Amino acid sequence: MTLIVSDLCVDHGAIRAINRVSFRVEQGQLAAVIGANGAGKTTLLRSLSGLGHAASGHATWHDHNLLHAKPEKLVRYGVSHVCEGKSVIPELTVEENLNLGALWRKDAKEAKATRENILETFPRLGERLSQLADTLSGGERQMLAIGRALMSKPQLLLLDEPSLGLAPLVIAQIFQNIRELTDEMGLTVVLVEQNAMSALEIADIGIVLNLGRVAATNSAQQLIADPQVRAAYLGY
Amino acid sequence: MHRFQHSNFSRLLFFVLLGGLLFLAGNRVDELRVYQGATLAMYVVAISSLILLTGYSGQVSLGHGALMAIGGYSAALTRNYLSLPIWLCFVIAILTAAIAGAVLGTAAARLSGPYLAGTTLALAVGLPSIANQFGFLGGEQGLLFDVGMPPASFGSDFSPYKWYFWIAASSALIAIWWLQNILRSRFGRIWRAVRDNEVAAQLAGIHVGKAKTLAFTVSSGLAGLAGALLAMTIATVSPSAFPLTLSFALLTGAVLSGVTTLPGVMIGAVTLVATPEIADSISRRFASSENVTMNLPGLLVSTLLVLVVLLVPNGPVEQWRSVRARKSAHAAH
Amino acid sequence: MFQLLNTILIGITSGAIYSLMAIALVLVWRSTRVVNFAQAGQALLSTYIGFEVIQRFDSYWIALIVAIVAGAAVGALIDVLFMRFLFSRNTQGPIAGVAPIIATLGLLGLIRGGIGIFLGNTEASIRPPVSNVGFTISGHTLAFSPLKFLIVGAVIFLMLALSLIFQRTNIGLALRASAYAPEIARLAGVRVDGIRTLGWALAGAAGAAAGMLQTPNGDGGLSPDSLDFSLLLVFGFIAAVIGGLESLIGAVVGGLLLGLVLAFVLTYVSGSLVFIIAFMVLILVLLLRPSGLIGAKRGRRA
Repeated sequence: MTLIVSDLCVDHGAIRAINRVSFRVEQGQLAAVIGANGAGKTTLLRSLSGLGHAASGHATWHDHNLLHAKPEKLVRYGVSHVCEGKSVIPELTVEENLNLGALWRKDAKEAKATRENILETFPRLGERLSQLADTLSGGERQMLAIGRALMSKPQLLLLDEPSLGLAPLVIAQIFQNIRELTDEMGLTVVLVEQNAMSALEIADIGIVLNLGRVAATNSAQQLIADPQVRAAYLGY
Repeated sequence: MHRFQHSNFSRLLFFVLLGGLLFLAGNRVDELRVYQGATLAMYVVAISSLILLTGYSGQVSLGHGALMAIGGYSAALTRNYLSLPIWLCFVIAILTAAIAGAVLGTAAARLSGPYLAGTTLALAVGLPSIANQFGFLGGEQGLLFDVGMPPASFGSDFSPYKWYFWIAASSALIAIWWLQNILRSRFGRIWRAVRDNEVAAQLAGIHVGKAKTLAFTVSSGLAGLAGALLAMTIATVSPSAFPLTLSFALLTGAVLSGVTTLPGVMIGAVTLVATPEIADSISRRFASSENVTMNLPGLLVSTLLVLVVLLVPNGPVEQWRSVRARKSAHAAH
Repeated sequence: MFQLLNTILIGITSGAIYSLMAIALVLVWRSTRVVNFAQAGQALLSTYIGFEVIQRFDSYWIALIVAIVAGAAVGALIDVLFMRFLFSRNTQGPIAGVAPIIATLGLLGLIRGGIGIFLGNTEASIRPPVSNVGFTISGHTLAFSPLKFLIVGAVIFLMLALSLIFQRTNIGLALRASAYAPEIARLAGVRVDGIRTLGWALAGAAGAAAGMLQTPNGDGGLSPDSLDFSLLLVFGFIAAVIGGLESLIGAVVGGLLLGLVLAFVLTYVSGSLVFIIAFMVLILVLLLRPSGLIGAKRGRRA
């Protein structure tokens, strides 16, 4: 199973936000998509999960066409997307937010087992099951958002800026969680991040976006070592 | 027509000429047509007041029938109790409705779509029924409203209906001319800015609340005038003259005219005048029961409203324009 | 003393019916972001269906159930046939924001005109299924009859059923999630289109129940241009606004509050002021607490 994106173009009104983007992510890999603000990272992710509409190009996961499909359908094909900014529903309890991700799954027993696994990874959520998601801290919300996505038993996980607005210590924790989940569950992950260094450190491959185009793509280590990338995106 | 819109003066000239033509036409057709002409002029005023509100300031009113009722009742009250000259009654009708509109508009300016729609709908449902409950408003029978006979100098064969038509048509012409001017003025630009993007307008230094309230006030004043004209053509005001279906009909007229195209107002007005006749001929053709005769006009209007909103939400004129624009753009390639 | 008690009882009964209508409006608002003015027409149509059932089977109870089911079906149909089409066209231009509101108003006219053509404007009527003569306590007649008891009981039953559905079932979770955050719900795999139709169906059922309960509580009259149903819509809307338009509990509280206020005006001031007061309550709430009296914390985008 491979994520293949080729010649993808996405328009934002009159502006071409994503311009002929192509890349591949093999199964079990964690790909970090980095780039400056407005580089088109979020637009890219949204068009892969069915939330956005591509103008042209192809994107496939396994045998499934990711473009022009509804998100609720893609979830059933194993594609889960965590939106930017702690995508939880504050009016629902932690437990309800988690259960939401597994509503479509027929096998309730299996879903329960998934939940046990998630609560092992994020024990803080287990302590707060009956609280409203509104009462959680930023880091806990991000854990809940990822947990909700995992409840859908994904094979391809799309993460949009999980570090947004979090304290450095919490970021380190979450990124470590993401890496562990990738390895333990055999997930394929596309991680969109502003926080380029932390993302590349846990990633297998990196994709650098600039003004809607792929500026560089390589293994994560090589990108970290690349002086040009360092200067432009890693800040030293 | 565009050539006439270069300056205020040429536009005024255009309207005066149009008025002259209308009055000549008024002498050549039978009484029923003259009466329909008066109704048409009334609808023109009422629909343009809604177009101003929805198309040019982005607010929605489901209750313009109620504002018309306010205008009609004020005209009748001042006429009956104070015996004021007829033109003054009309002015008072406009002012009263405008004041009511200003009060409502102050609240409305802070309300977004659904709240404003609900509030105006509540008014349309409740206001006519209030008239039932106060003696001086005449209850279910309502009040008589007699604009008086035409001046003797017009000749003896100048019928009352022709007189109604003259009053209604000149009111409509003046109203539309004035509306055109205000839409071209600073206020018109401010309203359009608010309609297109409230936040941007606010950042540009426009007081959004004031602009919306003003639009509501002006629109209500026009609705008041339409109400007085309606009262004139049927010679009474009563709760049943301003039913909920009137508000629906006005909305249908506005949507059909294309809410952003003031010149399209004739489409809506003609449709509203023609609907009862079409309904009548349909039910007579099929010798239908009383049920059909009574309900067909309302059903036609509602069907039209739903169809237009579903199929050509920006109005047939706008739709045609954009199709044409697309075609010519295509041809240019 | 008895007058006060009676006023409260009258207020609770009519308030309970307003609550049902408010719930109907809130359910559609939450799922579609449209205030469904056609709800008055849907309730009227369902009540007419109930009336026909009473003619055939002579049982108010069967009629009530049939009307509620029919109301749900009509609601679902409106969403599938009209609203989906309207939203799929994704209109642009100044009317895009108000087009759905205008469409529901057109539907209201369509339903009323249709009923008028097929069934006539002559008043139909629904007799109370149980006595509407008040209970007597030590010589005083209470404004609380078996009928009013039935109404309040039915409303409480329906609300319990609704809150069970919403709080305890998976469907309820999907309904709430789609209402609060449709995008997240879709990403979690909820088929929001179907859930929205379900919201319309539940709303249609609540509106039908309001119509079936209100009619025998009033003069029993039923006609296509019924002022009672228009007022039911308006009072339901005011109740929903008092409750913040988002919250089901808010709708219930709003309905009861409005019912009580109007009952006091009716008893102690004047019947002719009822509508004016209701309208003033609406304006006051909108000006002072636009997010509703109890919806303050959760006041969301309008």
